[in-house]
This record gives sequence, structure tokens and C-alpha cells, in this order.
Amino acid sequence: MSDPSGAKQRGLALELRQSGKAWLFVTPVLVALAVVIGYPVVQAIIMSFQKDSGIDPATGMFVEGGGAGLSNYTHWLLQQCNTLGGVVACPTGTLGSQFWSAVGVTLFFTVVTVSLEAVLGLGMAVVMGKTFRGRALLRAAVLIPWAIPTAVTARLWEFMFQYDGVVNRVLGTHILWTSDVWASRFAVIAADVWKTTPFMALLILAGLQVIPADVYEAAKVDGASAWQRFVHITLPLLKPALLVAVLFRTMDALRMYDLPAIMTLGNPSTNTLSILVVEQVRQGPNSAAALSTITFLLVFAIAFVLVKVLGANAVRTQEEQRKAN
Amino acid sequence: MSISMTKEAPVERAEAPVQPVSWRKRIGTVRMYLGVLIVLVWGLGPFYWMTVVAFRDQAYTFDSTPWPTHVTLDNFRNAFDTSRGNNFGQALLNSVIIGAATTAVALLLGVLAAYALARMAFAGKYLVSGLILSASMFPAVVLVTPLFQLFTDLGWIGHYQAMIIPNISFVLPMTVYILASFFAELPWELEEAARIDGATKFQAFRLIMLPLAAPAVFTTAILAFIASINEYLLARLLSGEKTRPVTVAIAQFSGNDPLVQPYAAIMAAGVIVTVPLVIMVLVFQRRIISGLTAGGVKS
Repeated sequence: MSDPSGAKQRGLALELRQSGKAWLFVTPVLVALAVVIGYPVVQAIIMSFQKDSGIDPATGMFVEGGGAGLSNYTHWLLQQCNTLGGVVACPTGTLGSQFWSAVGVTLFFTVVTVSLEAVLGLGMAVVMGKTFRGRALLRAAVLIPWAIPTAVTARLWEFMFQYDGVVNRVLGTHILWTSDVWASRFAVIAADVWKTTPFMALLILAGLQVIPADVYEAAKVDGASAWQRFVHITLPLLKPALLVAVLFRTMDALRMYDLPAIMTLGNPSTNTLSILVVEQVRQGPNSAAALSTITFLLVFAIAFVLVKVLGANAVRTQEEQRKAN
Repeated sequence: MSISMTKEAPVERAEAPVQPVSWRKRIGTVRMYLGVLIVLVWGLGPFYWMTVVAFRDQAYTFDSTPWPTHVTLDNFRNAFDTSRGNNFGQALLNSVIIGAATTAVALLLGVLAAYALARMAFAGKYLVSGLILSASMFPAVVLVTPLFQLFTDLGWIGHYQAMIIPNISFVLPMTVYILASFFAELPWELEEAARIDGATKFQAFRLIMLPLAAPAVFTTAILAFIASINEYLLARLLSGEKTRPVTVAIAQFSGNDPLVQPYAAIMAAGVIVTVPLVIMVLVFQRRIISGLTAGGVKS
């Protein structure tokens, strides 16, 4: 208010000019994202309300498509399939009948892999954070699972999990890891945990290194044991970094596709939502679009809850830390 | 615990002749090296096994001798053999083409946006960074159906752009975020100093800031390339026989007998894909880790 109006106007003009330039710099990225992500998301929603062209099983006539109302959604959510006898529950073995099991498998994979990766990643980060000769080599070794393309990882673990493979030999078991219902799920989990834990460990390690050394020294002087130091210092101070890592990994795990699709090809007990969408694309794209929209809403809802719960938690932790300081 | 190791090591060494090292410390050291061993086996074990089988005569593929036996190069020959409908050599080339084109375009667009986000104050900045972050959270399957139809209509299935364009958008959010967090840490006051010494804005950027930013751009390029090579879901639906990348080629690798997977040749193909990446990881370990953890910790 007390500024001379001329100077204020000049400042505003400068700000506007810089804003314009900044927008010029970010526009190409926004356009690229709008074309390849924005357009398909909107298009998928439009498609999900259209009928798939093909033979209508209810009438035996070829239909060109047209409005479908919510029928593509009820097909998946309420398991309603169109047949000659009208709308019935989807018969077992069809893609439609696999919806709820795919939801279950996706959530199961997410919860188990992310928890295992967080716990094992923490252990790995503690080991990697120690000072010893060859530490750089250890960190490079840990990056190898991360660098191998997922498709190669899938074939490698599929091979190791064969009936005559090295896993059964080492464990002394005779498990059909790629075809048995639960064994195949744990095979996929093992491969995912192997590949992704190092990434988690590196994120956690970066968080560990921010914790000031004198805090530990003080606790040691006060006679805290290693376990007490871990529980009362490391964990609380690590919480923000850990929560961010868990959030990112959860988003990733919810869209898991490559590992189960390749490792246990054709085994429905490891079908995630992403696999179901891809199988459906060639059978009926509009129905696939409805399924992918459901998947997206599910991921979005989980992300929202996590950000609300964990995000608030992370902010609170940081505030407590600030107050304590 | 790491502190105790570094800080007390000299004291311990000085007193060692008089006072023996406490058993507590010894157990700690043993435990640490046990942990190191476990992590090493974790990282290298499966990769080592892939290499051993790749070099082993295919009659002994399921032999579980832990060291190399029946060493041969046949599996590598079989991996490149095109008589069974595989074309692994072409797939390697395709992956390099797709990865390089994706990385180049994503960096070009990403550097501009990251500079704006890191260095400029502008209206809508948080909206832009929020949009870019949320773009990275979309499940790829949401895009697959419309893109499959669109590219079919355009006649793009079986052309490189059908994979390059989606890949660019997949790696862009990551590229922008990593670059922006690197850029925010650069000593930009040097640019000011150069300007005061009479350099033009462009000169200051080209002669001072560009060399300083080059390592960050290089690191981001490695990460974008690895992410792009890794893509499988879209490539499976959008690639044709001639443009199939290695991920799809390895997933669909077929042998003489459709009921028997040619694992020896698949492991050889896996080694060929992985070895260049492993070398990259060994050489640029420090940079890759700094890139991976940029942004993640600070936010």
C-alpha cells in the first residue's frame, strides 16, 4: 500500500513477464502429458459408456455399439453378463467372473509386497549405511535388481521357480510355483520384493543419512541400547522419508502387470486388475475401458486416503521434530 | 551404530595391545559382515545364476551345480537365431532406438520445465507441479485401450512412434522432478557474478551454468533411458513384429517345442540385455543413487 504506484506497476509487469516466460517453458511438458495421458483418460471414460460392437448374445444380432448406460460397469461390479437368456451372473471361467478375485489379488500383492519391502528395505539401508571397505561396491550390487528390466526379471524368476529349478532344489521342496494357486502368488511376490526392495532401501538410506549423528551420541551417553536407539530415534526421525517411499511404492504395486503377466502366464490366480484390462482389450475395448476406469478410481481412492492419513502423519512428525528442536 | 564404528576405531586400535576388543564389539562386527553378505547375495545371486545358466550347455540347464560347468557359447548363438520366429537382434536395436528417442525428447522438454519450476516464480507453479506429479500416478492400463484404438486408426501400430510417444509421457514426470531438484541445488549466484563481469545472459548460461548442470542432465538421462527400456505393457499391444522391443521379445521367446521353454537361450538373452545396464550401474552408481533419491526425501 505504501509503495509508490509506479514502482508497484513495474514490479507487476516484471512478474507477469516472468510468469509468461515460465509458462512458455512448462507448456511443452503439459501438452505432451495432455495428449498421451489426459486424452486417453477422458476417452476411456467416454468409451466405458458405449456398447462393444459384436454379436449381442441376448438377441443373436450384430450390434454396432451405441449407448450402453452403466451396463459395462454393472458387468464388472455386479458380475452381470448378457446371454441368450437375458442378464445372468457371469459364468466361471469368463473374464467377467474374475473381477473381484483380481481386485483381491491386486490388493493382496500391494499390501504384502509393500510391507515386506519396507521392512527388508529398512534392514538393507541400515547395513548399507555402515562404514566399511567396499561400501560403494555393495551399493552398486544392490542396484542390479533395480536395473534389470522387469521382463527379464520375470523370465529369470520363472526359470528359478520351475519344478526342477533352483528354488525347489535349495528348499528341498516339490512345489509347482508357477501353476499352484497360492504358490504362484508367493512366487510373484518374491520376484517383486527382490527387484524393488533395493530401491526402497536407497530411499530409506537417504532418509537415515539426514539424521544428525549427535542425537545418537547423546542417547548413547544416556545409556540407551542399540534397540532403544533404533525404536526411539531412528524410526520416528525416519518416518517422513519412509511414508513417502511407501506411498510411491503403493501406487506402483497397485498397477502391477509385467511380473505376473510373464511369470505365471495364463494362470488366473495371479491375475491383477491390469492383466484383466489387457486381456479384455481385444475382446471388447469399451468394456475394457470401463474396467480400466474402475481400476483408476480404485487407485485414486487409495492414493487419496494414503495422502490424507500418511500425509497428515508426516507433517505432524515434522512439526513435532521442529518443536523438539 | 555407524558412528560408533567410525569414531571409536582409532581409540580401539591404540588400546588393542593392552585391552582386548570387547566381545560386544566383535559380535557387532560379525553381525555387520553377515548383513553385508546377505545384501550381496540378494543383489548378485539371481544375476549370477542367470549368467551361469546362460553359459551352460542346454542339456544341463536344470543342473544345480552352483559354479560354471559345461561352458558353451551355444545359448548366445541360439538367442540370436531367427529360424524359430524370434528376432532378438532386431529387438535389441528397437529398444535402443525407442530408449534413445524417448530420452532425448523427454530431456529436451524436461530441462525447460524443470528450469522454470526450480528457478522462476510464477502464477500457477504449484498447479503445474501437482499436474506433473499426478500424471506419474496414472495406471498405464487406463491409457492402453484408447491409445490402442487411436494408434490403430492412425495406422501407427508397428511403427516406432507408437511406443516412443507414450514412453515420453511416462518418463517426463520423473525427468522433470529429478532435474528440478538438481537445478534447485546448483550455485546460481555464479550466473549473477558472470553477468556482473559483463557476460550476456546467454553467455552466462552457456559458459557457467550449462557445464555445472551437465552432470545432473546426464544422470537424469540414464534414469530415463533405463525406465524407457523397462516398458512392457504398452509395447506388448502397440508394437509390431518389426518394432518389438527386448522386453516383449524376451517375454515371448519361443523354442523348437512350443511346450518346452528354451530357458538356456532366454537366460543368454537376459544376460545380453542386462550386462550393459550392470556396467552402467557400476560406473555411475553414485549419480544414479543421487538421482533416485532426489525429491523423495526432501518432500
